[in-house]
This record gives sequence, C-alpha cells and structure tokens, in this order.
Amino acid sequence: MIYRETGQFKTSYAADQAILRLREDRIGLLVILAIAYVVMPLVASEYWLSTIMLPFLIYALAALGLNILTGYAGQISLGTGGFMATGAFAAYKLATAFPGLDFVVVLVLAGLITAFVGILFGLPSLRIKGFYLAVATLAAQFFLLWLYNKIPWFTNYSASGVISAPTRTAFGIPVTGFEASVTTKYLFVLVVVTLLSLAAKNMTRLEVGRSWMAIRDMDIAAEIIGIRPLTAKLSAFAVSSFYCGIAGALWAFSYTGAVEALAFDIGVSFRVLFMIIIGGLGTILGNYLGAAFIVLLPIFLNNALLGLGMQEAVAMASHLEAMIMGALIVFFLIVEPHGLARLWQILKEKLRKWPFPY
Amino acid sequence: MIDRRTGLALMAGVVAAGLVATAAPAQENVQFIPSLVYRTGPYGPNGEPFANGVADYYNLINERDGGINGIKIVFEECDTQYNNDKGVECYERLKNKGPTGAAVFSPLSTGITYALIERATADKIPIFSMGYGRSDAAYGKVFPYIFNPPANYWSQATSIIKYVAEQEGGLDKLKGKEIALVYHDSAYGKEPIPTLQKLEQMYGFKLSLHPVAHPGLEQKATWLKIGRRVRPDWVLMWGWGVMNSTAIKEAAAVGFPMERFIGNWWSGSENDVKPAGDAAVGYKSANFHGAGANWPVHQDIFKYVYDKGLGAGQRERVGEVLYNRGVTNAMIVVEAIRTAQKIHGVRPLTGAEVRDGFEALNITEERLKELGMEGFMLPLKLSCADHEGGGPVYIQQWDGQKWNKVSDWYYPMRDVVWPMIEESALKYAKEKGITPRDCPQG
Repeated sequence: MIYRETGQFKTSYAADQAILRLREDRIGLLVILAIAYVVMPLVASEYWLSTIMLPFLIYALAALGLNILTGYAGQISLGTGGFMATGAFAAYKLATAFPGLDFVVVLVLAGLITAFVGILFGLPSLRIKGFYLAVATLAAQFFLLWLYNKIPWFTNYSASGVISAPTRTAFGIPVTGFEASVTTKYLFVLVVVTLLSLAAKNMTRLEVGRSWMAIRDMDIAAEIIGIRPLTAKLSAFAVSSFYCGIAGALWAFSYTGAVEALAFDIGVSFRVLFMIIIGGLGTILGNYLGAAFIVLLPIFLNNALLGLGMQEAVAMASHLEAMIMGALIVFFLIVEPHGLARLWQILKEKLRKWPFPY
Repeated sequence: MIDRRTGLALMAGVVAAGLVATAAPAQENVQFIPSLVYRTGPYGPNGEPFANGVADYYNLINERDGGINGIKIVFEECDTQYNNDKGVECYERLKNKGPTGAAVFSPLSTGITYALIERATADKIPIFSMGYGRSDAAYGKVFPYIFNPPANYWSQATSIIKYVAEQEGGLDKLKGKEIALVYHDSAYGKEPIPTLQKLEQMYGFKLSLHPVAHPGLEQKATWLKIGRRVRPDWVLMWGWGVMNSTAIKEAAAVGFPMERFIGNWWSGSENDVKPAGDAAVGYKSANFHGAGANWPVHQDIFKYVYDKGLGAGQRERVGEVLYNRGVTNAMIVVEAIRTAQKIHGVRPLTGAEVRDGFEALNITEERLKELGMEGFMLPLKLSCADHEGGGPVYIQQWDGQKWNKVSDWYYPMRDVVWPMIEESALKYAKEKGITPRDCPQG
C-alpha cells in the first residue's frame, strides 16, 4: 500500500537510472544516514563509537572489497587479511616518511599500493579458478604477513614488529592518533565508508561491474560476447584490494592505533569471507548486514549473557556466546542461503503487495 | 516447542538485556578494578590459573581486611580470549565502571597492551603489564601511564644471560658459545632479540634465531636444525601456550639436554611441562616470584577464601606458577592503590590518582613480610622516571613433580638495558610528537 512504485512517475533518464528509484527507499536511506551522521555522534557513548561502530564500519568496508571480488566477479579470495595488512603497513610507511602528508592522500596512496599488490596476486586467476584460486590467494595471505613480520623496514625497525599510528590530519583536522577525539575518528571513517560504498554501488552498475558479473556467471560466454577476462579479473582484484587496503589502513590508524602483522592473520580473512556469505554475495547492503552479524552480535550476546547474571562465570558466557553464534550462523545459512540481504529483498517484495497479497 | 512469537520475544529480550547490561549496580564507597582475563580461547588453560589468582587475592583483601583500608574492592572480569580486538572492547566496556572508573588495567597480553597504550594514556588510566608488554614503556618520562615491573623482557634476557654466564664460569667464558633463541613469532617473542644481539656483541657468544609460527604445534624442522646443525650450548625460549610443551617434547626428541634449555617466565608453568611428561624433567625457566603454596599468604587464601567457598578455582591448584603470578599481579595493584591512598586520601581513587600510587610504590622487605610473601619476591621500588624497577629473576627447574628454585636471584644488567630503553622510548616520542615530561628525581 505505502511501499510501491504506483504513482511515482519518472520524467527523466536520470530519475529512471537512480540507485534508489522508490521515494520510500530514498527516505529510508536518508534516515539511516541522518542517524549515522547526526544522531550517533550526539547520543552514542564513547564505548559505542570506538568499539562497536568503528570496527563495524571498517569490517563492512573490507567486506565490500571482498564482495566486489568474490560476490561480483566470482573470484574466491582468502587473501583479505594480507591485503588489509598491506594497506596498514603502506599507510604507516607513508605517514611516517612524509609527516606533512594529508591523511586522505595517505589513504588513497595506501589503497593504490594495495591495488598494485592485489593485481600481482590476481595474476594466477587468469589461469586457475574456484578452489584452486582460493589456495593461490591463501599464499598471498601468508606471504604478505611473513614479509611484514620478517623485514624490519616495514615497521621502521621496531623491536617488536608493532606499528603505532602517529597523529595525522585530514584537511587540517587531526583524525588519527591520540589527539583525535573518538567522534572525529568515527565521522572520518564514516565519510570514507559512505563515499566508497557509493562508488562501489555505481561501479557495479557500470560497464566494469557488468563485465565482472558476466565473468562470474560464465566466463567462457563472457569471453565470447567480447569481455576481456584479463581486464575484468584484474580490475576486480585491483578495486577489491584498494578497498581492503583502505580498510586495513583505517583499522591500524583509526581503530586500534597499534597493530602487528599478526592482527591481520588468516582469521581476519575468514571473518570477512563469512560476512559476505552471511550478508549476501553480490550485494552492497549485504556487507553491512554481514559485518553487523559477525562483529556486533557477539558483543551483544556477551553483554546480554553477563547482564543476565553471569558475571561470576565469564568463561561460561564466552563458551555460550560461541555456541549461540555458531548455531545462528547455521540457522541463517539454512533459512536463507543467499544471505541476509536476500531476506531484505524478500521483505521488500512482500511489502509491495501488502496488505493485499494475491 | 517454541513458536515464532515466543522466539522473537526471546531474541528481543536478549538484545534488550545486552543494551542495559552496561548499567552496573550502584555502590559508592568501593574501588573498581577491572580484570581482563582469558579463560577461553587458544591460551585459556594459561589464563585460567592467572585469573583465579587475581580473583582470590582480591577476595582475600575484602574478606580478611575488609578492603584496602576499608575501601572494598569490586572487580569484574571480561574475557578477552587473548584477542586484541576483544581486549580493546573489554577495556572500553569497563573503563568507566564503578564510582571512580577503572583503577588500573592489566591487559595480560602483549598485543592488547600495545593496543591500549595510547587509549589508556588519553583516558588517564594506568596500565600495569607485569613482565610483559612494551619493554621501553619502563621509561616513565615518555609513558606516564604504563608500568611493567618487576622487569621487562629486555631486563629478563640479561638476567638469563647472567645465569648462563655463571654456569659457564663467568661472562668472559661466553665467548664462542652458541646460544639459540626459540621464539613465538609475534610482538611478544621478538621483544628480547635486540637485547640479546647487543649482548652478543659485548660478550662474543653466537646467537641464532628460530622463530616459531603461532600457535607453535609444528616445530620438528626447527628442532632438527637446532639439534643436528646448530648444536647450541644453550637454548633460550620465548614461548607461550602449547608452543612450550611442544618445544620441550621436540627438544627431547633430538636429544637436547634439558638442563641447558631455559624458558622465560611465560614458558615455565605447570601447563608447559606436565603435557611433556618425563621429557620435561630438568627443564629450566626464569621466574620472578615463588612457586608452590608454602607462603603465609596462601594459608590466608585457604582460610579466608576457599574455606568460605569463595575460591575462584580448585583448591589443589592454588600455588601453581601462573596462579602465583596472578596473586603477585593483584598484590602489586593493591599495594599501589594503598600507596595512592596515602597521597590522595582513603577513598575510591581515579585512574590518574592510582598512577601516582604506582610511581611512589615501594614494596620493602618488611612490607613483603607483612603480606606473608617474604622470599616470594624481592622488594620493588618504582619512580616517576623508572616504571620498571629492574627487579631480579631466578631460575627454577622442573623435577617431574614441582618447580624448584635452583639459582640465586639475578638482577638485570641495567647499564645495558636502560640506554636501550631510553633510546627506544625517545624514538617513539619523536614519532608520536610527545615531549618527554620532567621527573623530580631526574
């Protein structure tokens, strides 16, 4: 009744090609953005912003990167952690070598360096597919972490191999390090994630995105209709790594402030992969849902269990948290194998017919 | 059978509980001490006795003395699973609890310590990383809120080398000796390397490095290399968790003599040697506090905590090495708060006030005797500039049943370590744009 195209006429091509063609969708997005940009900084406590929202946004960004590669271009990757580490260490080297550099420039350059590394490790994808490619990207994961752990130059010869993010400014405002307030850090990450999400959404609607999807659906057919697998696959690797690199740099600079290479171990790659599988492959919304599921739910569960009077048994609460989490993952995969984004899709279709389904 | 509506209601309940869980019970005249522990996760078996030691000591203070000078301790555990992200989450969750916020954090993990250094400094909450964490944080002029007494990894490395030298007949006899370091390939394991390299230059022994990837279950190649090719005179180990018992088993398999295999203080608990069985007999490790339940403080713990049914763990595991380390950790925290109360008055204190207590901390021989810990550890004194104290370690040896103290206490080579700490801390300060503060005692 309230959520349908009826009565919303489009009078220009621009309107017809808009990302959100329904007025209700546009209002919904604006409300979400208003909450994220205005309400959260005003209302949320420091605990919320710094330990819940920041990792959630950064993980969502990494998931977005992997989703471009795996969800849109169909190339399975287990190298996300390695690419995030590349972004983090590249940003660290840049920020310490050129202290005057604006942090936005640092981020972009770190992303570009990661994109280059991603292309290098994407080369095998031209020859191998599926699980074999997953194993090849696994090599990237282990090699890159080994490299940052082994060569002291990457950590500026820190004895422990830990890099510690210095304070850097973006447009004159400190956005990283201890001088930046949590709210600034949150807003900065939010702006980056918003812009990159918008870019990703648009990329998937452009020629490049369509070529990724063609490769994903059937590479031989795509080749026959004139899509070059080389450019399509490597551009997917480049864009994906760019996103992961920026996520890694934000992780080191905006969230923890100090990381060692091990912080981006194989576990991170798996977490991001689970996020996109649970959230929904080949969707933008799914990255946020998946990140929320994997990052936020355990924190909620833990707080809930402790709140229900388990302060005396933190070990039990941790075990229960892991068990409930595992059960929920299995439950959602059975109920909706296409991910949480698909549930939203179904809900939208139902809404269109509500209240008179036929 | 739960129908859909009940299920939804349950879910909503859980989420709502999660939202309200941050509201702590209101108690006014208490000191809140957060406790980051790991009873689960890959290192859970090691985290558990430590956490129990901490909990039992706080309960002892509450039950026997009615708190610190009458200010009861309220403590809350948060399970980090030895995971840096969870550690940060726990820190943020607990830092504002209690009437005055968190008194002090003991992150119990080198990785989490690194992640918290800047946050805690900004929040003015002291971090007490007892014998782990960032070694150069001993330099109080650059790290005003970080404390790592009684000794950091660098100091410990020099103490162990002193012991090795004594066994060989003097520091000059180290020349030409082969010393291998088997280490956990992480921030923690890499800490002693610069110090050992410095000592290598000074004393002319030959150091070889053998990193072991986390979690350390696969060490066959490492030990074949050590046992057949390198053939060192001594092997030192910076290991943690399952890596330790695996290393002991592999060392035994290549026939390396246990008497010449020395772990650091995180590689010398019952959990490390018991799984290796008879192979571990003769294995040595460093330690900075007593092993066993033979001190008066343990009798008090039995009397006031376990006999009242308040014990956190099993009675028979009281006195294990990691349990005692938990007790030591809690004891130093309590003494620091007591010292802070002398400065700021007997009331619940904020983190910044407790910091002053740490800087004025002076645990003397007499005080240790009063605490029922005479000989358990040696006196400890900190200052504004020195956040480490340069405490001594001794070497203990496993006899198949228990750990025995087999050496004297060795003070670290401060003349070697302190310039390195200063250099590293000043480099950090420069990178971060921190101006080192002045300390009255210089």
